[in-house]
Amino acid sequence: MAHASSLTRSRRRSAWIFLIPMLAILAVVAGWPLLRTFYFGFTDANLSDLSSYSFIGIENFYAVYDGEAYGLLIDPEWWQAVWNTLFFSVISVSLETALGMVVALVLNQNFRGRGLVRAAVLIPWAIPTIVSARMWNWMLHDQFGIINDMLMKLGILSAPIAWTASPDWAMSAVILVDVWKTTPFMALLILAALQMLPGDCYEAARVDGIHPVRVFFKVTLPLIKPAVMVAVIFRALDALRVFDVIYVLTPNNPQTTTMSVYARQQLVDFQEVGYGSAASTLLFVVIAFCIMAYIMIGRVRLDEGGH
Amino acid sequence: MNAKAWKYLRKAAFWLLVAVIVLFAVFPFYYAILTSFETGSALFEVNYLPESFSLINYISVFKGQPFGHNIFNSIFVSFLVVALSLLLGVTASYALARVKFAGRGLLLITILSVSMFPQVAVLSGMFELIRGLGLYNSMFGLAISYMMLTLPFTVWVLTAFMRDLPRELEEAAVMDGATPWTVIRRVFLPVMWPAMVTTGLLAFIAAWNEFLFALTFTLTDDKRTVPVAIALISGASQHEMPWGNIMAASVIVTLPLIVLVLIFQRRIVSGLTAGAVKG
Repeated sequence: MAHASSLTRSRRRSAWIFLIPMLAILAVVAGWPLLRTFYFGFTDANLSDLSSYSFIGIENFYAVYDGEAYGLLIDPEWWQAVWNTLFFSVISVSLETALGMVVALVLNQNFRGRGLVRAAVLIPWAIPTIVSARMWNWMLHDQFGIINDMLMKLGILSAPIAWTASPDWAMSAVILVDVWKTTPFMALLILAALQMLPGDCYEAARVDGIHPVRVFFKVTLPLIKPAVMVAVIFRALDALRVFDVIYVLTPNNPQTTTMSVYARQQLVDFQEVGYGSAASTLLFVVIAFCIMAYIMIGRVRLDEGGH
Repeated sequence: MNAKAWKYLRKAAFWLLVAVIVLFAVFPFYYAILTSFETGSALFEVNYLPESFSLINYISVFKGQPFGHNIFNSIFVSFLVVALSLLLGVTASYALARVKFAGRGLLLITILSVSMFPQVAVLSGMFELIRGLGLYNSMFGLAISYMMLTLPFTVWVLTAFMRDLPRELEEAAVMDGATPWTVIRRVFLPVMWPAMVTTGLLAFIAAWNEFLFALTFTLTDDKRTVPVAIALISGASQHEMPWGNIMAASVIVTLPLIVLVLIFQRRIVSGLTAGAVKG
């Protein structure tokens, strides 16, 4: 027994020796930059010289000079960005979940060529986001784009639309590209959940002659709900920090400027590291709040997602 | 008769749905390939089927900018990130999966939460760090910043995989007095390779596709990675975009990824589910 416990102790010691390099790297490349960004949010740091700055309290967030208020909390452009981000996230994640469910149900059927269809569905996921944004940029081109051509040939449009430039359509274009790119991810996760379902309750339902649509809503959906809820969290986390698609597809469009785009613009383009970091900090808070609210309202159990 | 007609109708509807899904998924990439072979006026007519075939775009994309450099940069950074993530990930996941110690659960949750950090939330701190290390506009600086993106899920997926391996596997070796490092190398590595291929591939894709850090932490054209290079290709004005070049560049960097993903599709799916659903 004494031998076993000394063995356990030496195992624990070596476990920590294995863990420390990984933890040290994570602390340096994630923990430290996060804390520094929080701190910069309370300073007047500028990108041209990051070594000299002074602490200015909450002035980046809210300050009053000569009776006029300044700061992020009353900046309409910031709140527009928050609204854009939430709108984009809710619509695109909902669409991706619904479409992903349809694709997963199709792939869960037995039919000839299923492997090929699954491979085809994976293609958008394999394409880098920047490349897919550029591809759609071209397809949605106002003069030479194939989408306008298709819609006009089908008689849906009478004149071409500047999809990515017009204030009315830019957000729809961004959502379209995001849905195209990430529905496969959703479909694969839902498919994995579907394939873990027990076959016997379907057998019973078939014998009882229950309509397949009813079986889906009464049996399948409740059983895969935990996995879907977890998949939605992962997608939502991605959607709430969206940057690449928008930077390439609809640059400098206030209708599609999200929190990440806004914060980077302040930080890099305007060199306002203090103000930009304040925006980053607020972005972190908004995302954390959204995810916590989702977990509480949806009663998601993270540990129940899988098996 | 009626039931039979109904059955055929349902079958037709199903195949129509399959066709729509495949078309929607594949068409944009097909159209990119088609455009990449077009030049001159053909570029500005909408063609649904290939009408002309020319490799000019594929040649000129390497002439106008250091695209060869960019590809090399992307390959270098991605391999470096994969190697570092796997090395640190395998040893750490051994400790997390096979050794019981206080605070293990908390540690796992902390690591998982790092993978949820929005990149912008660390941007200014990371900028300061990379400048402080003298690695601004360098591939090593990028590789360091990418560790934040790849290390957490590498550890997470490898831990999930290693936890499911039977206990007997290492018992004999431990009883023989093998050191933990020997146990990892001799006992676990030989059975871990499927999980390592999966996580390595996911890390590779993450590093290959990353945009925000690459855009912010590099300055000169010859230090850009492929996504940034493609995003920054532009013409003299907004109406002179070299779409042929852009599509050629897109096809060049996407084709290898698609091939990889199709070869390893089963592994990727299992990796994604281990990373996300088990999370």
